[in-house]
Order: sequence, then structure tokens, then C-alpha cells
Amino acid sequence: MDNRPVVDGRHPRTGGPAGGAATDGIRPQGDPYGPVRLESDADPAPWSDDRCGVRHYLRNVTVIATESLSKRFPRVTALDRLSVDVGPGVTGLVGANGAGKSTLIKILLGLSPATEGRAEVLGLDVATKGAAIRERVGYMPEHDCLPPDVSATEFVVHMARMSGLPPAAARERTADTLRHVGLYEERYRPIGGYSTGMKQRVKLAQALVHDPQLVFLDEPTNGLDPVGRDDMLGLIRRIHTDFGISVLVTSHLLGELERTCDHVVVIDGGKLLRSSSTTDFTQTTTTLAIEVTDTDEHPDGTLAVRDALHGRGIETHDGSGLPGAGHILLLTAEGEETYDLVRDVVADLGLGLVRMEQRRHHIAEVFKDSDEQRKEAVGHGG
Amino acid sequence: MAVEQPTAREAEQTRIHNIGYRNYDGPRLGRAYARRSLYSQSLRGAYGLGRSVKSKVLPMLLFVVMCVPALIMVAVAVATKAKDLPVDYTRYAIIMQAVIGLYVASQGPQAVSRDLRFKTVPLYFSRPIETADYVRAKYAALASALFVLTAAPLIVLYAGALLAKLDFADQTKGFAQGLVSVTLLSLLFAGIGLVISALTPRRGFGIAAVIAALTISYGAVSTVQAIAFEQSSTGAVPWLGLFSPITLIDGVQTAFLGATSAFPGGEGPSSGQGLVYLIVVLGLIAGCYGLLMRRYRKVGL
Repeated sequence: MDNRPVVDGRHPRTGGPAGGAATDGIRPQGDPYGPVRLESDADPAPWSDDRCGVRHYLRNVTVIATESLSKRFPRVTALDRLSVDVGPGVTGLVGANGAGKSTLIKILLGLSPATEGRAEVLGLDVATKGAAIRERVGYMPEHDCLPPDVSATEFVVHMARMSGLPPAAARERTADTLRHVGLYEERYRPIGGYSTGMKQRVKLAQALVHDPQLVFLDEPTNGLDPVGRDDMLGLIRRIHTDFGISVLVTSHLLGELERTCDHVVVIDGGKLLRSSSTTDFTQTTTTLAIEVTDTDEHPDGTLAVRDALHGRGIETHDGSGLPGAGHILLLTAEGEETYDLVRDVVADLGLGLVRMEQRRHHIAEVFKDSDEQRKEAVGHGG
Repeated sequence: MAVEQPTAREAEQTRIHNIGYRNYDGPRLGRAYARRSLYSQSLRGAYGLGRSVKSKVLPMLLFVVMCVPALIMVAVAVATKAKDLPVDYTRYAIIMQAVIGLYVASQGPQAVSRDLRFKTVPLYFSRPIETADYVRAKYAALASALFVLTAAPLIVLYAGALLAKLDFADQTKGFAQGLVSVTLLSLLFAGIGLVISALTPRRGFGIAAVIAALTISYGAVSTVQAIAFEQSSTGAVPWLGLFSPITLIDGVQTAFLGATSAFPGGEGPSSGQGLVYLIVVLGLIAGCYGLLMRRYRKVGL
């Protein structure tokens, strides 16, 4: 669907398969920047798609594109040549604390200049079109940002006006948005008396009140109890499915994003580890799990098979941290021949094959995979 | 007909109950509108409007305290059929400087420290407005609030003077001079108040620091001026006035706005010195604006 022509004059991305997922991650060395929409392609009437009500169908537009984006502070490198494309939908931005998530959001909002490289949000260059971007984008900060002595309604109305909504529209949108995020009668009370969950909802409401095309949610589930967390994740999902707003949500918890996001971008130390769709992360085809019996000849059958497979040049790992770890061997299926190979190896050793199944990737394996890929990239790149 | 009517009503009901998400496709008024909105919100906030009842008390009280002496003077002037008002328009703010100082100290921090303390600033800067818009809106709002505070008693005096049938041309001239003087005073005090308040997210510190800056500088300057006057080195008196905000305003209006100086012995600056005063005042206003810009450039997200 990426290559479908678009009606409103926006250029579709010039390459990449459906979903843009598989090749978006670590790009081939020869083409480090990949297909990126340039600002010169920008459409002249940015809101026209809204007025026609076709925003929901513009799924092949790149919402965020960065190329070789770096941000260096005197002592630390927050972002290191980050190149990533993000399409519409809910995108998770995952990384440990200090991985560069907040720095990336700051740059994308046009508030902090990049040291080198460039980035576009909704087809607008962050370096020159910051104000235009911020008019179309909502931002929910990680930290507390609400004055305690005003009511949610007053505060969100004020924020709506700061986004350029006329007074009457600001009030109407505030009432709507607060209801959508699940704040009802309490919205007339001062924010100081709210629970953490309610405060998070107000923060979300102020990011959505001007009906942006994209929202940045910085750690929206921070400090919430499990129920509040589930509610918030459901709400985030609805922002895209019901409201038609694309979402970039940061978290340091991969598990949360597994359920919520269409696409996950993993960064670490300011570098891109991986970018692919959630279905890719957990797809059924690539990983093969095998379990074998032990015999007298081979007291540890799993170990024997592993050694034998290594002998034939196949990498395995033991799936540590996953259920059944120790008895299960995970390996990447390259194609039909892998299955045959495993069968032959097990037969040669005289072991019983208890199971050989396609295994859904657990999203936690991403880090392991990425480590390997990174080593590979270093090996190739020198 | 009989069948259609209930269907129509049903359709209406469904519309009422439909609370699905609606996209906004109305106008977006952009930066200038956002800046105006922030200005009006801050200006209203400076008098506690749109805030809790508690926060209305102090600014309203100070406003009343500021106006009551003017009312009394007017009443006296009208009753005694005086030839002139007991106090010059330009002198009024100098007399009431403690009230003005209190007002700046209470409302300066509320204008900027709150946003810093509750970290609301990033929400502003994630919207179309820029640092300059925020600073200008806040500066203009506090200066306007101060102008309202200082000009209102002058209006009372002027209205009273006309009621008492004092000389129209004379009074209008004095009133206009007074307005120019309080405009300068509002800009200068708002700048100083905001710069000091923007340094700390703690409101209490802000209040104390503003009061200290205004009273200590005035106390020091007037004391040293008095000493200099006693030791009959009257030439130094006008120059010393450069070092506190209220004496600066006094100096400018003595030199250019026909005011009598409140300096010891009425030793106001000459028009040459007055020029220096004016330059210093304008420089301070510009400097405060520059400092605020620098301060907020660092307060990103």
C-alpha cells in the first residue's frame, strides 16, 4: 500500500515494501539515509486533507523522518546519526532512561537544533518550520506540568487558546476532549486534588485539545497502577483508531508497547537499534524452537544438538528469560532447508525430537537481536 | 406522516447521544492570537480574575489602597474649593511607592514563578509561540497591570479636579505628564519584578527578593542622598538618584515632566542629567527584556 498514489499531491514514499517495516530498521550501508521525503516535496495546503476528511486514509505518508540526526552536548552524545522513518499509527519509541528519547522529541518539536542531520515531521523541516509543526502536533511531557490551583477545564481551555483555537471553539473542544479522556464532573475542581491517573488524563487532554495530526506522549504510563496503566494504554490505542491521530509514545517497557503499538522503534545510546512493525517483532516465521530428549549417549541432548548445529554454522540461543529456557533451543529458520537440517542433525545423534515449532518472537528478544546486528554492522562498517 | 415523525425524532436522539470523536476543522489563529491570549490571561491573573477567591484579595486590596487617598484628596479639594490639588499628578506614584512595590512583589512571581514551579513552561513552548512571545506577553501583562494600578488614581484625581472646576488646561497638562510618568514607571517596575521572579521557581523567594530590591535600593539611595545634602555636597545628590528605580522615575519626571523632585532639598537633576536618567531608565527596561529572553531561552522542555 506504500506505493499507492496519493490524491492530494503528497508524494508517496519512493520505496520500501508494505508497511515500510522490514527495511526501515538498520538500513543497508550503501544507502544510509534510505528513502526520505524531502521538504521540497511539502504540500502547499497542509490542512486541506483535514477539511476533506480524508486524513484517515493517508496511511502512506511518512509522519516522522530523520536522517543521520545527531545531537551532541559538550559531554554526551544524546543522538548519534539516527535515521528512522515513522508512518501513521501508534509508534512506540523504546529505550532505557537516557537513551535519547526526550532529546529526539525536543528536536522533533523544533525546540532544540540538531547538531547535524535533519528531520521532518508531517513533511515539515524541524529546523525551519518549528512553529508550523507545533501547531499540528500535541505534546504530553513526562513530568508533572499542571498548576494545582486551577480546574482542568480552565487549564485545558487556556492551552487550547495557546494552540490558536478561538475562545468558543476552545471551550467546546475542551469539554469534548476531557470527556474522551474520561474526566467528567471532576473537571470543575482544582487539579491539585486529582489522583495521578486523573492528572495524566488532563495532561493527555491538553495534548489533544487542538486536534493535532500527531501527538508525542512521553512516558504516559509513568506512576500509574496496573489498572490505570491498562486504561491509559487503551486510551492511546483509541487516539489512533477512534480519533485518527498518529501517536509517538515513549516507554522503557517493551511489554506495554507490544499491545498498543503498530510499530516499535528501539534506540539505545542515541543509536537506532531497530525499527519495525510490532507484527514483525513477534512474527511467526523466523524463529524455530526445538526440544529434544536426552539419551545415555548424550546426557544433555539440547547441548549436543547445539554443538552439532554450531558445527554446521547455525547460530542458536537458549531463549534465556523465556518459559522452558534450558530445554529449548531457538534458531533462525532461513527456509525449508533449516528444517531438514535440524531433522538430520537430531536423527544423526539418535535423539528424539520432542518438538520443532515456529515460535512467536517475544518482543524482549529485540535487544538480543539488535546487539547481534549492531556487532555485525560494526564488523562490516569498520 | 404518522410513520415519519417518530423516525425523525429517533434520528435526533441518536445525534444527541453520539459522543464520538469530532475532528476540529475550524480556524487556527496562530502565534499572534496565542500571544494575545496569554497576555489577557496574565493581565486578568494579575488582578486574580479567573483565579481563586483567595488570590483576588491582595491585588484588589492594593488597588483600593492605591485609589483611596486620591478619593480623599479629591473630596477635600471639592469641599474646600481649593485652587489646586494637594498633590501633583506626577508626585502621587512616588508617595504611594510602597503600595506599588508590594503589588509588583506579589504579582510578578505569580506571573512567571508559577509556570516555572509547576513546569507549565514546556507546554507553552510545545505550541506555536516562541520564547519572545511568552516574554513579551508576560512583560506587557504585568506592565499593563501596573499601569492600571498607577493610572487609576490619576484618573480619580483628574475627574475630581474637573469637578472642582480647577483650571482645565493646567490640569490636563499635569494629568498627561502623570500618565507618561506612570507608563515609564510601570515598564521599569514590571521589568525588574519579572527578572527577579523569573530567577526562582519559589514564589516566596520571588516576593522577598522583589521587595528587597525595591526597598533596599531606595533606602540606601535616599539615605546617602540625605548625608550628601547635609554635608552640602548637593552636586552629588542627583547622581545618586540613578541607583534606585523610584528615584530614577523621580529624576526623569523632574527633568522633563515638570515635577518637583522628592530628592532632599528638591535637588532634582538638570535637563542634562535628566537625559542620563532617561537613558538609564530605557536601558534598564531593554536590559530586563533581554535578561528575560535569555532566561527563557534555557527553559526549553
